[in-house]
Amino acid sequence: MKQLLLGAEAIAQAALDGGISGVYAYPGTPSTEITEFIQKSPQSTKTRVRSSWSANEKTAYESALGMSYAGKRSLVCMKHVGLNVAADAFMNSSITGVNGGLVIVVADDPSMHSSQNEQDSRVYGKFAMIPVLEPSNQQEAYDMTRYGFDLSEKMELPVLLRIPTRLSHSRSVVIRQNPREQNDLNPSPIDGKWILLPANARKNYQGLLKKQETLISLSEKSRFNRVIEGIGSSAVIAFGIGFNYVMEVIDAFRLNTPVLKISQYPMPKQTIREFCDRYSEILIVEEGYPVLEELLKGYLGNKKFRGRLDGILPRTGELSPNVIAKALGVKSSSIQNVPDIVVGRPPMLCQGCSHRDLFEAINMVMENYSQKQIFGDIGCYTLGALPPYSSISTCVDMGASITMAKGAADAGMRPAVCVIGDSTFTHSGMTGLLDAVNDKSPVTVIISDNDTTAMTGGQDSAGTGKFFDICKGIGVEEDHIRVIKPLKKNLEENIAILREEFEYNGVSVIISQRECVQTLKKNRKQAIEIE
Amino acid sequence: MQKNIIIAGVGGQGILTIASIIDLAAMNLGLNLKQAEVHGMSQRGGAVESHLRISSKEIYSDLIPLGKADLILSIEPMESLRYLPFLSPEGIIVTTTEPYENIGNYPDIDDLLNNIRMSAKHLLVDAKIIAQEAGGSKTYNIAMLGAASPYLGIETEELEKAIEIFFKRKGDKIVEMNLKAFRLGIEKCKN
Repeated sequence: MKQLLLGAEAIAQAALDGGISGVYAYPGTPSTEITEFIQKSPQSTKTRVRSSWSANEKTAYESALGMSYAGKRSLVCMKHVGLNVAADAFMNSSITGVNGGLVIVVADDPSMHSSQNEQDSRVYGKFAMIPVLEPSNQQEAYDMTRYGFDLSEKMELPVLLRIPTRLSHSRSVVIRQNPREQNDLNPSPIDGKWILLPANARKNYQGLLKKQETLISLSEKSRFNRVIEGIGSSAVIAFGIGFNYVMEVIDAFRLNTPVLKISQYPMPKQTIREFCDRYSEILIVEEGYPVLEELLKGYLGNKKFRGRLDGILPRTGELSPNVIAKALGVKSSSIQNVPDIVVGRPPMLCQGCSHRDLFEAINMVMENYSQKQIFGDIGCYTLGALPPYSSISTCVDMGASITMAKGAADAGMRPAVCVIGDSTFTHSGMTGLLDAVNDKSPVTVIISDNDTTAMTGGQDSAGTGKFFDICKGIGVEEDHIRVIKPLKKNLEENIAILREEFEYNGVSVIISQRECVQTLKKNRKQAIEIE
Repeated sequence: MQKNIIIAGVGGQGILTIASIIDLAAMNLGLNLKQAEVHGMSQRGGAVESHLRISSKEIYSDLIPLGKADLILSIEPMESLRYLPFLSPEGIIVTTTEPYENIGNYPDIDDLLNNIRMSAKHLLVDAKIIAQEAGGSKTYNIAMLGAASPYLGIETEELEKAIEIFFKRKGDKIVEMNLKAFRLGIEKCKN
């Protein structure tokens, strides 16, 4: 069975074929397409695979763990920074271990195409002491996901599968294997294993440490780690997708450089040692942080190992065939520069977007204040930081706008205003609002509610239709929960409401409610097609 | 056989449709392919590109190396120049001449077109006229696919088959309209 699939879709297809009973995720580029593929697949409808979106990565992770506890296989997907949100559950799940196979897919974003940082999730894998799989291409993404579930059940550990943007969002032909049935319901029979009281946790932790030898020996034997023989005194160790760029250069320039490809961690010690003993100079090619390079170089900096740390490869950003060619000492063909006439075309808010009308109103109200800072959050409306609006001054992590506004209000900043999207609010904003209510902090929280998780392509948003009740339930006074419709014709009225609430000496919430123009278009189109 | 193609445009212009049709044709021919695309933030009216590689041999990198693209197929004139470092010395730019001006500092179009003429072998296409003749502005992309088809290394019939498969679920009328745009694209750009 051959299919043309994105790397993300290859993982989704493999999880379905591998007999998952559920996928849990919060949307985040470049991981969103995994869950979307499962949601749209007729195969998952037929076998009743649970697939709707979770409120955030932590709730997703815990649900996946619960499904594993019950004996079934589960997949959980997130972008790299999402793992920070799920980290508590993630770290402790390596101590409890799992029952049904649990694979956590983390999509990293080197070069920060759509992210705040380029953290490397392999570090988390090592931190939790669990197996990490790092496919180099779409076929391996499929094969390693299938393998990951078996490995998870065999070792009774969660398995982390790490992909970068470039693999997630690149298509190729993938050959599928026969699908496997889902597991039967079989809640974990092991007493105490799941109760991380200190006495149990200590015992479990010893168990996790004992498993490390086995994990290393599995990496030694792994078919995903292999040597491509060559000649000469210098060699390459290439990790994950780095392998592709290395092979591209070796193939194009007809080099004979020996390569050790690593796609399964923990590192196969013996293999690495034998390989390194044979060569006097070794280029370490990692997509992401120089995690293994640092380890191999050691604290004192063994000069035999070259890579991102000594500058032969760039310290930051995505790898490419050209940076590898340069590091291997081969000259790329002559290259034209981008002509000066070409100007940047940054992303921007869509024409007709509700955030536009909101920012216009906010800016007009803020003209009356000497303090111009507005706290922002993560979503399409982050683009309100750019001209022509230049409205917001911060974008740190999901939900931070509310709590940062609270802290600034505590410090005396007036007005303390923040803008947060509907999906971001239910992801990580509600608890911060409770803090503000309990402290009676003078903040105005503007929920820019467009009925969807727009930035990632219009996924369902967890709180749609519930924001007034949520805020009321959290304890915001009803008189200070105001609902506005951000439209040109309402500008004057909206300005008046914003001004009133900015002046209020307590917690106020403004729900700025109008559907995303992209989902509106999509829904209309679908309605026409159905007719 | 080996072709490296950059497809360029602005988020929302539908460059992925072009890529999908070439993918389908390549897959039907049993060729290897890799196609990297841009999702996420850049899609909001920003510059977007897709790296499409087709080969009878194994393809390693998802990204085309600098200086190795045989073709830049662009749905927007300025965007065609943004990827110039990828174009090989023998490569060609096939681009529309109609600017997509969603930024304040968009350069003078005549300067831009002159710059394209000076930079590489090129084919400048007024896709708007072709699409209008084919019966719909939405066939703009497919008209460009037609214009660029002599440089794809794939037979016209195979591309037509792929267009039929791709638009099939939208009905015969849409299929016919796109086939017409594709053929007109080839026709108008001969020589």
